[in-house]
Amino acid sequence: YIHIINKADMAASKGLKILVGCKRVIDYAVKVRVKPDRSGVVTEGVKHSMNPFDEIAVEEAVRMKEKKLAGEAVAISVGPPQSQETLRTALAMGIDRAIHVEIPLAQLEKLQPIHVSKLLAKVCESEKPDLVILGKQAIDDDCNQTGQMLAALLDWPQATFASKIEPSQDSKQLRVTREVDGGLETIDVSVPAVVTSDLRLNEPRYATLPNIMKAKKKPLAKMSPDQLGVDLQPRQEVISVEDPPVRKAGAKVESVEDLVGKLREKGLVK
Amino acid sequence: MQFIRPVLHSQVCTSARPSARQFLQKLGKSCSFSLNSSSTRLYSTEFFPINDELYGLTDEQKQLRQTIFQFCQKELAPKAQQIDAENDFKDIKKFWRQCGELGILGVTAPTEYGGLGASYLDHAIVMEEMSRACAAVALSYGAHSNLCVNQIVRHGTDEQKSRYLPKLISGEWIGALAMSEPNAGSDVVSMTMRADKQSDGSYVLNGSKFWITNGPDADVIVVYAKTKPEAGAHGITTFLVERDSPGFSCSRKLDKLGMRGSNTGELVFDGVRVPADRVMGRLDGGVYVLMSGLDIERLLLSAGPLGIMQAACDTAFQYAHIRKAFGQSIGQFQLLQGKMADMYCRLTSGRCYVYSVARALAQGSRQPMDCAGVILKCAEDATQSALDAIQILGGNGYINEYPAGRLLRDAKLYEIGAGTSEVRRLVIGRAINNIYKS
Repeated sequence: YIHIINKADMAASKGLKILVGCKRVIDYAVKVRVKPDRSGVVTEGVKHSMNPFDEIAVEEAVRMKEKKLAGEAVAISVGPPQSQETLRTALAMGIDRAIHVEIPLAQLEKLQPIHVSKLLAKVCESEKPDLVILGKQAIDDDCNQTGQMLAALLDWPQATFASKIEPSQDSKQLRVTREVDGGLETIDVSVPAVVTSDLRLNEPRYATLPNIMKAKKKPLAKMSPDQLGVDLQPRQEVISVEDPPVRKAGAKVESVEDLVGKLREKGLVK
Repeated sequence: MQFIRPVLHSQVCTSARPSARQFLQKLGKSCSFSLNSSSTRLYSTEFFPINDELYGLTDEQKQLRQTIFQFCQKELAPKAQQIDAENDFKDIKKFWRQCGELGILGVTAPTEYGGLGASYLDHAIVMEEMSRACAAVALSYGAHSNLCVNQIVRHGTDEQKSRYLPKLISGEWIGALAMSEPNAGSDVVSMTMRADKQSDGSYVLNGSKFWITNGPDADVIVVYAKTKPEAGAHGITTFLVERDSPGFSCSRKLDKLGMRGSNTGELVFDGVRVPADRVMGRLDGGVYVLMSGLDIERLLLSAGPLGIMQAACDTAFQYAHIRKAFGQSIGQFQLLQGKMADMYCRLTSGRCYVYSVARALAQGSRQPMDCAGVILKCAEDATQSALDAIQILGGNGYINEYPAGRLLRDAKLYEIGAGTSEVRRLVIGRAINNIYKS
């Protein structure tokens, strides 16, 4: 699949078309409980909200629109019927329209990044965005895979862990600053591209009541995996989900000699 | 790493209070921070969840609550303790601007002046979530957005609305309302402040007002004064007074038991000249403006104690499930289960009452009986719930490092301001008498 964009000066064009991924996850503040049968965590009746990294992605898309770098921003969510609430939040933050790829409940628990990235790739074929912004990872599975897989499937350049997105010097590409283990890396990527958002990219805005009400009128289209021709056959099987071990108490030491002695005792130091 | 929003400060566990943190580490249970390379999450339920399904809220109202909750928990809640300790909200101007950007300073004001054109129920939801974060600032917010802004919306001329509403709603100006006097609280219509008509049609105000929320900071004040003292209640007129009027001053900021941070003052009017076009409503007809305003004020402010009750549940329920004694969390002992059940029922039934009255009011049905009833019930219940919260926290409830004591001191105000509990009971009793009058 190849998508060629007119490499005209970005400032002069009518702006990039951005596709933003939003995932509905268990709210960060909820005390997560493992199901008694250890097959997963309790999601029934538990508060859910938009993945915080996706909120940052949505905010970035809206800001790019405000800066006239982008002309249209579309939000997409792959998930159960309730994912529509997540999309409405995105619309209330300033996204123009939304797409909901509805996953039947039976297949939801076995959905993996490989499936999501295939679904997104299919949507990209028809929507033809210039830029896809995803949260770098979801706070429920912490996979950090969808963005990278999507870029590979589309054969597009990727810029992950972005802390800044701006036009490149010649305005023909995007200059992305990435947060890497050694510090910050700045790269230029040609569009279309996949970018994943990191924490310091921006601080998301609050959805104001007037925008919440405007969001009601914005279009929200529904699709199914069958329509997109993607097979959701699971590739992995979850064997068990358990609580992390209870943190054991440590011991206080009085001096460096003590510390070294204790480390030797535990066989951690020769 | 921390998520920027919402805030991760627990009312019991915050990095700014090392002793609270040590206490929790000793417990060794929840409130553990899981540090992986990408996210820090607080594995505890810091907020007692609100079941919005129970109250028939629209999707927009549920989203509104979410927005205000996140905003207030981030921008206000972390400062609440300090505001109380210092009896001052230093960042009030900045906070007012932020509120202005969200549109919440004019929830019920028309959109042409920058308001949201929304309902009393929407306003109550905002008030409730702000009060949950910091009751004192919420009181100032309520005085500004309802007592001042909403009265201008209801009774102002187009010129008065254009002149005052935009800046009040953007947050550039702070508003207040002044009716009570040092010798006229419950008997407010016995006020003695005079407004004497001059030959050029203007009025000169002489007198003083007391217990005025936002008094020390207000730029615009809705003031009630007697244009015809001999007519008693029917000689009151409503005026719009600006801060920089010669002769106007705030003589002092009151040092209060609670609601510290909501600046309350004594206002002195020494020959303050008010032009004729600053009369709001009918001349000598101020009592109608005052009394009908009071009904709406009571409804809106009842969301204040509602937020305090929610905050009491947030603090106490979490504590009860972290604190251990005799080998288990204290929340599992029956006497505390009973207390938590009572707190829950007060909160939930109060919320049902507030939202129902707000909805009725929004549809044009104003019943003084219910406006008084809702604040009477919520205020007394909030005091009781705050007492219960202190009791659940035990020794820690008695320490000012924990919010329970502040909740009590703040809650108590609502039994007094906007008509004391006694006056509210009179209003309801007389309304019932009226039903049976032959």
